[in-house]
Amino acid sequence: MKHIREADILKNQPIATDLWEMVVEAKDIADTATVGQFVNLYIGKGELLLPRPISICEILKEKNSLRFIYGVVGKGTKELTHKAVGEKIQILGPIGTGFQIKEEIQDHIVIGGGIGTPPLLELVKNLQGNVSVYLGFRSEPILIEEFEQLGAKVYVATDDGSAGIKGTVIHLLQKHTPTAQMIYACGPKAMLAALAQWAAQKEIPIQVSMEERMACGIGACVGCTCKTQKQGEEDWQHLKVCKDGPVFWGNEVIWYE
Amino acid sequence: MNNPTLKIQIAGVELKNPVMTASGTFGSGKEYSEFVDLNKLGAVIVKGVSSTAWKGNPSPRIAETYGGMLNAVGLQNPGVDVFIKEDIPFLRQYDTKIIVNVSGKTIQEYCEVAEKLSHADVDLVELNISCPNVKEGGITFGTNTAMVEQVVKEVKRYCKQPLIVKLSPNVTDITEIAKAAVSAGADALSLINTLLGMAIDIHKRKPILGNGMGGLSGPAIKPVAVRMVYQVAKAVEVPLIGMGGIMNGEDAIEFILAGATGVAVGTANFTNPTATIDVLQGIENYMQRYGIGDINTIRGNLR
Repeated sequence: MKHIREADILKNQPIATDLWEMVVEAKDIADTATVGQFVNLYIGKGELLLPRPISICEILKEKNSLRFIYGVVGKGTKELTHKAVGEKIQILGPIGTGFQIKEEIQDHIVIGGGIGTPPLLELVKNLQGNVSVYLGFRSEPILIEEFEQLGAKVYVATDDGSAGIKGTVIHLLQKHTPTAQMIYACGPKAMLAALAQWAAQKEIPIQVSMEERMACGIGACVGCTCKTQKQGEEDWQHLKVCKDGPVFWGNEVIWYE
Repeated sequence: MNNPTLKIQIAGVELKNPVMTASGTFGSGKEYSEFVDLNKLGAVIVKGVSSTAWKGNPSPRIAETYGGMLNAVGLQNPGVDVFIKEDIPFLRQYDTKIIVNVSGKTIQEYCEVAEKLSHADVDLVELNISCPNVKEGGITFGTNTAMVEQVVKEVKRYCKQPLIVKLSPNVTDITEIAKAAVSAGADALSLINTLLGMAIDIHKRKPILGNGMGGLSGPAIKPVAVRMVYQVAKAVEVPLIGMGGIMNGEDAIEFILAGATGVAVGTANFTNPTATIDVLQGIENYMQRYGIGDINTIRGNLR
């Protein structure tokens, strides 16, 4: 039987404005997790009932642990920042269907927006060949050096121009006009929608990791959905972000209602 | 004390214990079967099924609130034919009763589903006339005594299994609705469905839910649910399935003391996938502590 388990918190510290890094020891999850999956973290505080879905930034198999970078966006994630090293946290995972990595593909474009960036680090660790990483932030970039250490070329944009070019990842792509065999992206829905359109024009397949408000996180409640239509299907349907996703093919997502 | 009796009867169907799953929180049990031994549950009340596939509401469908949550899923389901073909054989692998929640936009749709289920291997049918998240049907049938009588009477004609009617709390006097359902032939009642609610994102100045409003569930609504079970238990003779914010065994006992025969665990499944088993254990612990040999002896038994 699957169960929620307790994990030792090895690290929990701020790394930028409203961004925190947490490392937990969870051997069974580290052993089985694949790129682009996530975990449920349970807050364990009476009035906050629902688990928080948190993407996996790094699967540290050799250390039997997982690294997360999470945004402090509400009461639940605020509560997570109060967890101290040495305390335990309730965790369930790995959850979801992540990125597909095909060995024959050797040219990759990886695109992250803000808090969508962390899960792409584990992705880039697992890609073979040429990897270009395009990242957009409001103001403070994160993980740049870590992507570079993996041998990726990194391009940065910020809304306020404090790092990289002033603008968005779309501006970066317009400037550099890169090409590749596969695009992987994670970030705000509006960004992903624009990227899916750009990828379609370039005729490059794109995998997008979606974010949605969730309840159960195990595919039962149908609370988190993504409107999709696969090629050959007569009609659209609502797929489950927690189970069928979070990663979907960009050309199968219906971006606008 | 050895082996206290947990068996209960709902309209002539014996359940091994009073613990069930609230419709819509447990799918058809597949996902939770990886966490919970379904053989231990009194019954699985499955997610609402309709005559054809329903796509449900736009995102976001979930908003957490203080001690509760709003949902506006809108009864997304693949339709009764797929349900009969795929989900009943799955559930029949387990020694638990199957209760199927029936949804519809019109009386005719409710009847179509009931008719198809009458030939299927299910133990009880739960009529959902209380979902606040669909524009037609759902709650519109459940908030008016004349409509309740009409839909229950019609569905009874097609339904071969005992019929449970699930009541909405979004009414002035729930006992009037309960009496109407029973007079029209309801064999049991389940209550409460969610309370219509709303949450607003003050930064975007928009409702959080894609559908605007949604159904409030979780411990925040438990006192309302206990009160309504207490009132309805005094107003009608049929067995009641109590639900609304049950998080543990003590909560379940509260509902039984208020007059419920069975209980259903809903939102707690999201907080803890093994909540149903924990509730069952909590009921057993309570019975041990107070030397209760038969759960049926404390039903409605307030001092």
